[in-house]
Amino acid sequence: MPGRMEARHKILLVDDDPDLLTTYSEILGQLPSHPEVHTALNGARGMAMLESHEFRLLITDLKMPKMDGLQMLSIVRRKHPGLRTAVLTALLDEQFRSRVYALGVDLYWQKPGTAHEVKMFCECIESLLDRNAEAGFRGVQSKGLVDIVQIECIAHSSSVLRITNGPLVGHIWINNGDLVDAETDGASGESAFQKILEWRTGSFETLPAEPTRPRTIFKSYNALLLETAQALDEAQGSPQPGQPAGSQPKVNRLAALSQIEGVEFVLVRTGAEPGQVKSLGLENPERFAAWTQRTLDRFRAIGERLQAGSLEQIEALGPQRHVGLAQPHDSALCIGWRAVLSSNEVRERTKKAIALWAS
Amino acid sequence: MGLLSFFSKPAPPLTRLPSGCFTMDSAGNVVVATVSSSFPAALVREIGQKVLETFREAQQAQLPLAELVVHYGSLKIVARELRGGALVFLTPATPSPRFQTPAANDL
Repeated sequence: MPGRMEARHKILLVDDDPDLLTTYSEILGQLPSHPEVHTALNGARGMAMLESHEFRLLITDLKMPKMDGLQMLSIVRRKHPGLRTAVLTALLDEQFRSRVYALGVDLYWQKPGTAHEVKMFCECIESLLDRNAEAGFRGVQSKGLVDIVQIECIAHSSSVLRITNGPLVGHIWINNGDLVDAETDGASGESAFQKILEWRTGSFETLPAEPTRPRTIFKSYNALLLETAQALDEAQGSPQPGQPAGSQPKVNRLAALSQIEGVEFVLVRTGAEPGQVKSLGLENPERFAAWTQRTLDRFRAIGERLQAGSLEQIEALGPQRHVGLAQPHDSALCIGWRAVLSSNEVRERTKKAIALWAS
Repeated sequence: MGLLSFFSKPAPPLTRLPSGCFTMDSAGNVVVATVSSSFPAALVREIGQKVLETFREAQQAQLPLAELVVHYGSLKIVARELRGGALVFLTPATPSPRFQTPAANDL
């Protein structure tokens, strides 16, 4: 029984109904992975237990006295970002469902009423306990895009890989195991292939082959993968003497953002200190950096109070220029756009810039 | 268990996201609002004041703004500058048949 020897996952179940806690503890205790099920009768007690034990999964009700499930989840998502979370509720309201998912919760489940629903609930929880949290492309766990391309080429497949990274979409054409063409964001051929391979996460799908696709890539897949790996290493490599670690890639990424059509300036603040502001196209970046940081902090705080989910982005439209603001990976990003762009164009291009920055 | 349930207080209803619009004057007061009265008025005023602060600070940073759009996972705030005040629309991600935010270029 090798499975029994491994460490058992811990589940924390929070609900103000003691009868329900007893029932679900028994049900969850019988899952194939035999998790340890702990219970709490309210959000405050649940929070205290999360501080003192390492749990794999939190399952909580929404409607509870004092601290409701939404309040608890918004704190948990911030303090324990790696914890898997599920909501088990009797509420049949689409708004709460979408708010729960906007908070980053993995599963929203209406309290099961039949044996079949209980069985499905248990299967979902078991899958949530086992799911690998590593970054990768959905569909092939723990595999990077390089692995996926290699698999297709080694198997002499003919297919089109469609790769999505947020608003960015790329295609790689493979015919009989040869890389034939790639395309993304206005680039094609080898440069597009390199761009796509810079993306860290995303999802992919295999589309039917296009044997008539004109060939623009003539190198072997091995040579191209090697070149791309070297280029990535150089971009992330050691800094020049006298240069702070990590600054060179950031400048490169800023330059990449400034290439998006319609960009007037790009500014990023990577820490609280003024010296950590980098910009392109601005004469006095400190003034914009301070406004950017205050605006993002202000609306993030309001979002937390409203439990409206994470702050995704802000567009500020003016007669002289528009700006898009966001906070990817603890950075404050401000992108100035030409005033001729419409509100929708500013939204879409800001979204694209955030994805590029995060990649 | 049953006895304990008898004495326990029922859980209060969850606060819904605000839906509707309101107007702020330049002094930071809510002039008129269509947001449900069940949503805390203080929070409506606070949202409006944050919007006004953002418009004012942008002006000081020499970035005059006419409109601000804030996207959360499940809520969108659209604010339009109104001679020192603001007109603010609050739209939850779940479409509500009662209220729809106009498209950005409609006004």
